[in-house]
Amino acid sequence: MAAEGSSSIDALGQFQLHPALGFIGGSVNFTQANLMMVISGIGVLALLWFGMRPRAMVPGRLQAAAELSYDTLLSMCLEQIGPEGRKYFPFVFTLFFFILFGNLLGVFPYFFTFTSHIAVTLALALLVFILVTTVAIQEHGWHFLSYFVPQGIPKVLLPLLVVIEVISYLSRIISLSVRLFANMMAGHVMLEVFGAFIIMLAGLGVLGYFPAGLSLALNTILIGFELLVAVLQAYVFAVLTCIYLHDAVHLH
Amino acid sequence: MSQDQGGPDPSFEDRLTAARSKQGLDAPPTPPSTDGGALGGSLWGIGLRVGIELVSALVVAVAIGYGLDRIFHTTPILTVVFVPLGGAAGVANLWRMFAPKKS
Repeated sequence: MAAEGSSSIDALGQFQLHPALGFIGGSVNFTQANLMMVISGIGVLALLWFGMRPRAMVPGRLQAAAELSYDTLLSMCLEQIGPEGRKYFPFVFTLFFFILFGNLLGVFPYFFTFTSHIAVTLALALLVFILVTTVAIQEHGWHFLSYFVPQGIPKVLLPLLVVIEVISYLSRIISLSVRLFANMMAGHVMLEVFGAFIIMLAGLGVLGYFPAGLSLALNTILIGFELLVAVLQAYVFAVLTCIYLHDAVHLH
Repeated sequence: MSQDQGGPDPSFEDRLTAARSKQGLDAPPTPPSTDGGALGGSLWGIGLRVGIELVSALVVAVAIGYGLDRIFHTTPILTVVFVPLGGAAGVANLWRMFAPKKS
């Protein structure tokens, strides 16, 4: 991957897309990112399918994981959106687990983190944005536009504040997508850089063994940190989706 | 210990959902505080969020200003107008993030 020449670190090469599945993938441009998306989708389905298969009164480990995930997400939806949250629970659940599995799978060696591409996260954020706007229009009709008019301000300031509110509303797309993308990409770049350090320093000979060991230790810590970030960012994405849905349902 | 879920499930389910929804109604006062903590996580997390919120509003504002300039052939003017508006929108984002929520 990196450090083929001992003086250069190719930190961004890991994000390049390559056709997966050999000849077939190459002809339809099916990249490893697409493959990982399919795998993560199948992973979520497998967790729920095999987890809930026993239907035991006292759940086993896998069933407990499946039930717990369902329960946590449902209570989050109800807390953040209100009683109407039940309607949007399937969407939030799907979104959370798609991102979570994508993030977590990316920590494994030879796997690819599809959430480290802004194209993917932007598409997800646009999906959320369009859904939220559609919900708001569906629930409130043209009254939805009152969302952009803050209450209790002088008439003179109205044009100014409406523009600011609209910009702030549109900036959700950017902030939602960039947050996930930046977190995932930064983590993997750091892993790559310190991984390259290990090889380069170990190549120096006896003098380099100690710093190489240090960066190995650091990389080990970073992997743990990366696991934390993977779960946290998926959670943040889901929570923000819920908050936006709350705004759409209740306006203010 | 019956393994299948037959019997008095519907009524139990109803009572459970009733209790849950009651809990859900009771909960809203707490989420803002917990969600601020959970979203922010560490100081680093908060810092990163603040930066992203500010910059993303600015990016959107510059994009709008530049686009309108291209359409109306008024090249620097609308961008210049929209940049401070974008900064203000970023601050508004931050306010919305950290403001004490009313119920």
